[in-house]
Amino acid sequence: MSETSLAQEFTKGLWKEIPPFRLVLGLCPTLAVTKAFGTGLGMGLALTFVLVCSNILVSALRKIIPSKVRVPCFIIIIATFVVIVELVMQAYTYPLFLTLGIFIPLIVVNCIVLGRAEAFASKTGLVASIADGLGMGIGFTISLSVLGSIREIFGAGTWNGVELFGPSFQPFTFMVEAPGAFVCLGLMLGIMNLVGKK
Amino acid sequence: MRDIIRMIVVLAVLGAASGGGLALVKQGTAAQIEYQQLKFVKGPAIKAIMEGCSNDPIVDRFKIKDGETERGFYVGVFDGKANAVAYETSGKGFGGDIGIMVGVNLETDELLGIGVTTHSETPGLGARAKDDPSFGAQFKGMSMNQPFKVKTDGGGVDAVSGATITSRGVCAGITDSAGFYKKLKPQLIEQAAAFAK
Repeated sequence: MSETSLAQEFTKGLWKEIPPFRLVLGLCPTLAVTKAFGTGLGMGLALTFVLVCSNILVSALRKIIPSKVRVPCFIIIIATFVVIVELVMQAYTYPLFLTLGIFIPLIVVNCIVLGRAEAFASKTGLVASIADGLGMGIGFTISLSVLGSIREIFGAGTWNGVELFGPSFQPFTFMVEAPGAFVCLGLMLGIMNLVGKK
Repeated sequence: MRDIIRMIVVLAVLGAASGGGLALVKQGTAAQIEYQQLKFVKGPAIKAIMEGCSNDPIVDRFKIKDGETERGFYVGVFDGKANAVAYETSGKGFGGDIGIMVGVNLETDELLGIGVTTHSETPGLGARAKDDPSFGAQFKGMSMNQPFKVKTDGGGVDAVSGATITSRGVCAGITDSAGFYKKLKPQLIEQAAAFAK
């Protein structure tokens, strides 16, 4: 595996196939937890950890795992890392654990993680799989952080809990509600397509 | 045949490794998780109940084995005497178990206060049992020697409007806890006395 293609595996997750915008996968947590910058970032980092670790194991075990039972094997591997994230988050960042709630255990069935295991890590070498996992994970983290920032700034007038505008600011609460998530995601997707076209 | 055995072996080994690894992580984080829950969930409730005490009830705590279950108690020191304990109990609410922190005066068996810790009640309705301080406040001064009931059931507790089932759950939880409170009371007095200053 040459240098350039390794870099490509990494960077494709940052723009060309950035989740969730390009792949439009994993929308459920994307829409649900991006009420604020902090929660989006936390969710992104949790997913990155799971993605990289599961990619490593799936890639390392790809010749041992029989293809007929590959999906159960992937699920076991992914679920293990998700529970680890859940426990560690509970132990060290309890308030974040409370806000993310059910969406942490739901990483098990996140299409991005399973998708990368099935479509990439189970067919590719270890180093490339790590690069792929890192790229996709960081891409996801950036997407969620940006989406969370936009919604938090407009919806609550704060960024990462810090007040941005004076007391005269009227929060645009629509943005932190569920419909706001769809509209915001749609607009970002549209802008990205517009930029990508040129 | 060889294929099937291989599948079974791979899955079994993977499952066992995963189980073992998780047990290790669980063990490693258990103490820290308990501390975090104390700090963020139970802590505020305990502090509200033990308002005006001269110690830190989260630090001054002990555990007593009650049959199979181990119960944690938090001691409050008032006027130099360790005469109050708080403990957590639970009742069946509308959306699942409701965790309730109960503070009792060991001398008079009167409630110092209650606070809802964990719940999965409907936001805006049942959740007000936690968010609306007036619901918890009315328990203050009530005696542990009588069952707690909402007014529609002939008791003295004002239910949160629109959340009778939640209110009943909280009442039932406290009533239930009176059972083990009375049973453990001699031990509670003895253990709590050690924290007096």
